[in-house]
Order: sequence, then C-alpha cells, then structure tokens
Amino acid sequence: MSTLLSVNNLNIEAHTRTGVVQVVKDLSFSIRKGETLGVVGESGCGKTVTALSIMKLLPKETLKISSGNIIFNNKAINNLSDRELENIRGNEISMIFQEPMTSLNPLFTVGEQVAEVVRRHKKVSKERAWNRAIELLDLVKITNPEKKALDYPFQLSGGQRQRVMIAVALACEPKILIADEPTTALDVTIQAEILALINRLKDETGTAVMFITHDMAVVAQMADRVIVLYPGEKVEEGTVHEIFNNPKHEYTKSLLAAVPKLGEMVRRKYPEPMRLIGKGDTRIVKPIIGTDEPILSVKKLVTRYSIRGGLFQRIKAKVHAVEDISFTIMKGKTLSLVGESGCGKSTVGRSLIRLVEPASGEVYLDGQNILDLTVKDVRDARSKIQMVFQDPFASLNPQRPLFDQVAEPLRNYGIFRLEELQKRIGDLFDRVKLPRSFMKRYPHQLSGGQRQRIAIARALALNPKVIIADEPVSALDVSVQAQVLNLMMELQVDLGLSFLFISHDMAVVERVSHDVGVMYLGRLVEIGPRQAIFRNPHHPYTKDLLKAVPIADPSKRNTEREMNFKPLPSPIHDLTHDPKPSEYKKVAKDHYVLTTDCGY
Amino acid sequence: MSHLDEQEEIQAKPSREMVGVFLRSYSALTGLIILIAVSIMGFIGPIFYTIDPFDMVWMPFSPPGADGYLLGTDYLGRDILSQIINGARVSIAIGFAAASVSCFIGVGIGAFAGFYGGWIEEILMRITEFFQVLPTLLFAMVIVALFGSSVLSITVAIGAVSWASVARITRSEFLRIKELDFVQASKASGSSDLNLIFLVILPNAAAPIIVQSALLVGAAITFEAGLAFLGLSDPNVVSWGQVIGANRTYILDATYTVTFPGIAIFVTVLAISLVGDGLNDALNPKLRSR
Repeated sequence: MSTLLSVNNLNIEAHTRTGVVQVVKDLSFSIRKGETLGVVGESGCGKTVTALSIMKLLPKETLKISSGNIIFNNKAINNLSDRELENIRGNEISMIFQEPMTSLNPLFTVGEQVAEVVRRHKKVSKERAWNRAIELLDLVKITNPEKKALDYPFQLSGGQRQRVMIAVALACEPKILIADEPTTALDVTIQAEILALINRLKDETGTAVMFITHDMAVVAQMADRVIVLYPGEKVEEGTVHEIFNNPKHEYTKSLLAAVPKLGEMVRRKYPEPMRLIGKGDTRIVKPIIGTDEPILSVKKLVTRYSIRGGLFQRIKAKVHAVEDISFTIMKGKTLSLVGESGCGKSTVGRSLIRLVEPASGEVYLDGQNILDLTVKDVRDARSKIQMVFQDPFASLNPQRPLFDQVAEPLRNYGIFRLEELQKRIGDLFDRVKLPRSFMKRYPHQLSGGQRQRIAIARALALNPKVIIADEPVSALDVSVQAQVLNLMMELQVDLGLSFLFISHDMAVVERVSHDVGVMYLGRLVEIGPRQAIFRNPHHPYTKDLLKAVPIADPSKRNTEREMNFKPLPSPIHDLTHDPKPSEYKKVAKDHYVLTTDCGY
Repeated sequence: MSHLDEQEEIQAKPSREMVGVFLRSYSALTGLIILIAVSIMGFIGPIFYTIDPFDMVWMPFSPPGADGYLLGTDYLGRDILSQIINGARVSIAIGFAAASVSCFIGVGIGAFAGFYGGWIEEILMRITEFFQVLPTLLFAMVIVALFGSSVLSITVAIGAVSWASVARITRSEFLRIKELDFVQASKASGSSDLNLIFLVILPNAAAPIIVQSALLVGAAITFEAGLAFLGLSDPNVVSWGQVIGANRTYILDATYTVTFPGIAIFVTVLAISLVGDGLNDALNPKLRSR
C-alpha cells in the first residue's frame, strides 16, 4: 500500500521560561492508505504535540518545529502558510479531539456546524450542504438525523456529541483522520460504540486513521500498526500483533505488564498485586485473603439531591442518586462498586461518611450506625473511615506544604506535638514510599502518582479501618496506576484495611476486588464475589457492561453489530415519585441479582 | 521506567515565584516605588521639612516658587508643600485603614455566606445588597455627621460603606472552592468548619480578595478626599482633600492651590491601581506562566 503521510526526523522544542525542552526527538513514522496507526504513550510523551504539528496547530510562541519534515501526498506541508493549509485542514486531514463537551460551538445547531464545514471546502449550495450534513449524521448513526440536526450541542449526550464531531471530521471525506484520545472522556459502553463506529467508517470510506491514546486496550481494539512513544522518542514500531504478543523494547513490555487485562484473574479466587517489569520487582506475589468478619454494612441506603426552582426556591424535583442499596464489606477485603458515570457510585461513597446527607438507610461501622450520629460524633466516626479522591490534582490544597496536609487529620484529632507529628508523618511517608524530603514540598511540585500517594498517606494518618477509594487511579498513567494499585493492595495486607473501591474500569476492578457490586441508575443490579460476577453475570446490564470493555488483546475485537446499548434514562423525578424497593434473587452463594425494574 | 525517579526538579516556592512575576512587571514596580515614596514623604518628610501645615507663614496666594515656598501658599498664607507632605500621612493611613475595615467586614460576611449557604447566605447577601444600593457618599456623610469628624469615624465610615464588593467576591470564591476535592478531603479528615473556612478555603480564595482590597485602598483615598472636599474632615489633621476643599473658592484665581493636592491624589491612586494590577498578574496562576 502506498504511503499517505510520512513524518521524517521530526524535532519539536518547547520554549518555556526555564529554558528549551525537547518534547519530540527525531521522530519518524508513516501512515499508509486505509490503515489505522496507533500512537501510544503516557502523558507528556509528545503524542498530542506530534498530531498538532501535522495540522500546524502548535501554539506559535511556545512550541516550535526545530527540524524535520512532514510529507503528505508527496508534498512537504510543514512549511506551508496558514492560507495554503486551509485546503488541507479539515478537508484532507481532519481531527477529532478528546473533549466532546467543548469542541462544538454551543451557539449553533449541530446540523449547521456540519454543513458549514461542507460549504467551507466544497462549493455547494446551502441546501446541498444541509442534506450532506444529514447524510453524515446518519452515517455516524445518530438516530433520527433530520430532527437531531436542529438540536444545539447541549441537547445531546456526550456520546452523541462525539459522533457529531466525527461527522464534522468526515464531512469532506478526508484522506487521514487524526483521533486524539477520542473516547477517553466517555463511558465504557459509549466508548465501545464510538470505537466500533470509527472502525466501520475506516473500512467503508478507506480513510487512514492516526489513533492517539494512552490506553493499551483501546489500541488493541483499533490499530493495524502501533508506534510506542516514550518521552518524545519512538521506542518501538510494529504491527499490533507484534507489539502485543512479542514486544521488544523494555518500556513496551513494562507498559503491557502494567495494564490489567480483563479475564486474567478468572481463575484466581483472591486478588493479588501486579507483577511489574523493570525496577527489579522480585517480590513474591501473594494473594490477599482477608477475613469473613463484617466491618461496614450498609442497609437500604437512599440519597437524593434536591432541585430547587420557581418561587421561593422550592424543591421542585429530586435526583434519585442512590436508591435502596445494601452491601457488606468484610475486614481486610475490597468491595468494588462499578458503573458508568451518573450511576450514583460516588454518591454512595460520599454518603457513607456523610459528606452528602443520605435520605434514609443505615450504615453500621463496627456496630455503630453512622447515620444516627450527631454532627459532632460524625467527626469521631470519620477517623475510622477515610476517603481517597479521584483527581490527585484537585484533592490536595495547593497552598500548603505536604507535611501540613498529611498532618491535618492528626491535628484535627488533637495531636499537636511537633516531634510526634514528625515521627508519625515520617512513618506515613515511608509507608507510601515517598522520600521524607518531600515533606516541605508543595503539591504542584509532584507528579500525579506522587500526589495520589500523599492522598493515601493522609487517609492512613488516623489508622482507619475502612478506606473509600473513589476512582483513585483513573486520572493516572497506566504504569503509575499499577504502582498505586499495588501500594493499596500491600497496605491492605499489612494493615488489614478494608476498601470500598469505586471505579468505572472493569479491568482494574477485576484486579483488586474480592466482591463486586454493579450499579445502574442508583440501584445495585448485581452483587457477589468477583469471580461469580465476571464469569457468570446474570443481570443483562452486567453482561452488556462486560461486553463493552475493550480487551488488551488484538485478537478479540468487538464489532459494531454487537454493540447496542440503551441510553441512560434520567434519574430526576418529581416529588410524588415513590420508587419501589429493590428485590434480589439469590443465584449462588453470596451472589444476588436484582429482580425488580431498574430502568435498564 | 518509574515516574517516581523523574520530576526531581525542584521548583521555587509559589510565593517566591509570585514576587518574581510582580517585580518583572514595569508598571507594578513603578506603582510600588511611587507608593513607597509617597509613604516615606508622609511619615518621615515632616522631620526634615519642619514647617507646620497650619501655620500662616507668609502672605496669602504667593505663587509657587516665589518667596522661597516651592508650591506657594494658600488663602491663609499656609505652606502648600507642607500641607501635601503632612496630608500624605493622613490620606494613606485612612486609605489603608478603611480598606482593612472593608476587607474585614467583607471577608467575614462573604466567607460565612458562601460556606454555609441556605438561609444564612440569604440573610447575609440581602444585607450586602442593601449596602450596595445605598448611595455610599451620603451614607458615609451621615455616619461622620453623627459621630463627629475625627480620623477614626471617617475611616470607619468609609470602611462601612465599601465592603460589599469584597463580600461578593469572597462569597463567589467560597462557593467555587468549597466544592473542590481538597476541601471535601479535609472535611473527611475531620476538620471543623472554622478550620475549613479560615485555614483551607480562605488561603485559596485570597488572590482576588487581595487584588480587590488593594484597589479599595485607592478608592478609600478618593473617598476621603471627597468627604474632606465637602468639609467633613478632621479639622485637627491636614489631608489632601481638605486642602482642595478649603481652596475651592479660589480655583480660578489661584489654580495651583488645588492643582498640587489634586496631582498628589491622582499619582497616589494611580500607583495603587498599578500595584493592584501587578498583584492580579502575580496571583493569577494562569497568567504567571507567560
């Protein structure tokens, strides 16, 4: 097949106040007609910068191409003026961005936005352009395109917006489609649909795709060939089967080792830490057994948010975020709650420590009902149950040094003597494997993984019995994610901790949990031992969710035909709405499936 | 492979970086220098330039430069240069003190309103709105008329009428920051409400509050000048507004008697605005990386 685009010896420099940093080093690759090139690497490896440099969209003041050339259709395009590029951008090479929420103009209907791109590059009448727009919306499988074309972006869901973005990108039948993490911001079922859509369009239109992602599983689903970037350099290139079955470079190997693969824990009853390559990881990996002694049990928990409006800000409706949920966590074990965004899994975590006030229910921690306590006693109970948040960039106070942040819970519970604080915080830093010299630093001087270690140290400071981990690794790169997961599992063994692990990532959940609860629209649709849930799911939603997860194995690809997920109904109900209690059927020991309606 | 081994590069403490950005801006630096110069003039100047601003030292309406008085004399024959030097002390002191009063009231009200929400917020914000719609000069005049024209009552009057903007900014910052994860994390680790308000949220809300307060200093100086112009100033001390007010009838005959104090006010308030802008740049992390 002939080469469509080739990048030769590309060097890109970043000019910052502190000096010049080389962000892309001597990078060469090519894309052939009709193939998908996967570009993988972790954050900061230069994959987005490379994509932007092809479109000549780099911010002019800070990022400069210092040498190398980009050849498209046998013509160097890196020295063209913006004027000359207009014919290429959006016409022959087009791009899809990560965030579908912000990449559409909120002031125009989606139909207008697609039609405008058509008119910009092809001299056609308004009417023809509009018809073409509807054709395109139909192509990206937007149901009822004539009607949806008249909608504004805010009326569409995230998945639909990303479909519109793809329609915009495909408007002029480009020769190359650059997709920069197009599904990272989306839920797993929508991600599966979008990936299948891109694959189908590629086959139908013969467009070459440059697919940029950090997610090895997505690469396995999409790419024909793969290049692996590691800080600005290409460390490996090969077909997707070569990369996954026979990786040559150390970095690729360690990257693949760090990715939890769905299905790899099927035969193991207990979770165990991941074996990481590099850094001489010679630990003996032992399964985490835990105990069968209940520590936290939740009964019929209900949490609703009020929506106010109208005269005197009356309560007009309620968001039924958590609806009649019961579960028990055992000492030393991990229960995971999985589900898509908006299913109420985070609200469960926040309700347990009363950061959000539940409407009804009981939460027994060590035999004491937390929801009965007065506000003052809740403070004492909070020392036994702590929380680790999702985004380590947001969960640390930017204004305080790390010592103070870890010391905060201790000070709150009456430990003020500096020597004692120093000793305990030193121990905590050792526990989470951070050098003690970091105590005087500020959060912005740390990487994401280091920050999450600090957040864990802070949660551990009061020797809690239960830790609620709300998506603790989803903002981290895979290799860092694996380290943090291993750290959490080691702490579980050493300290006998119990975790409520909240996540959307089925592969991570499979790696860390003893028990799994699947949530949909505020209800627990299925709960049971991990092996039972993953090997023998009963509820239709659990089955669909498992089917949607991309698997880091290029020989197991999903096709669009298998994907048929229902959109999430609204959890907002008026005040008269009185939902029925959840009823469960026991299908095996400890394995329960919801029998009443949950909206799916 | 580990990310732990990289990123060892130690960056400067945030506060030091802010000072750096501030000092690199020419306008902010100029403003700061002028402000310091004016303050030195007001507080140390009288030691070297010993003429009493209330003494009738020479004949009235002596033009600038004539007879050894650099800026001339006013309608009673008082030395205008001495009045400007001594007035600087009062104007700047009242400016900063009144801004502090505003800041204190505004931050207190805004912080509690933003943090607690609900009916507490409703009540506090209605009070704030009441002060916002009040004709400020009139209200300040009422306070001064009631409690007498002393430096203290003037300061309190100015402070009491200009805190609404600080309260609104504080409230909106609190509304934004209290939802952030690190506040939730701090709450989950057992922090009390007062700890959350003053030790966790307030330091993170400080930037816009500081900028607003800096601009309030300039506003308070003009405000004081306005009150003094109307005759509501402490008769025992001299301030720039008072000089302008006293000489206003002679504005056409002896222009310089009002021009020089006017320039003094203009330059000082401009300097404070420049400092405020510089602070805004320094405290705003989005602009800092430029």
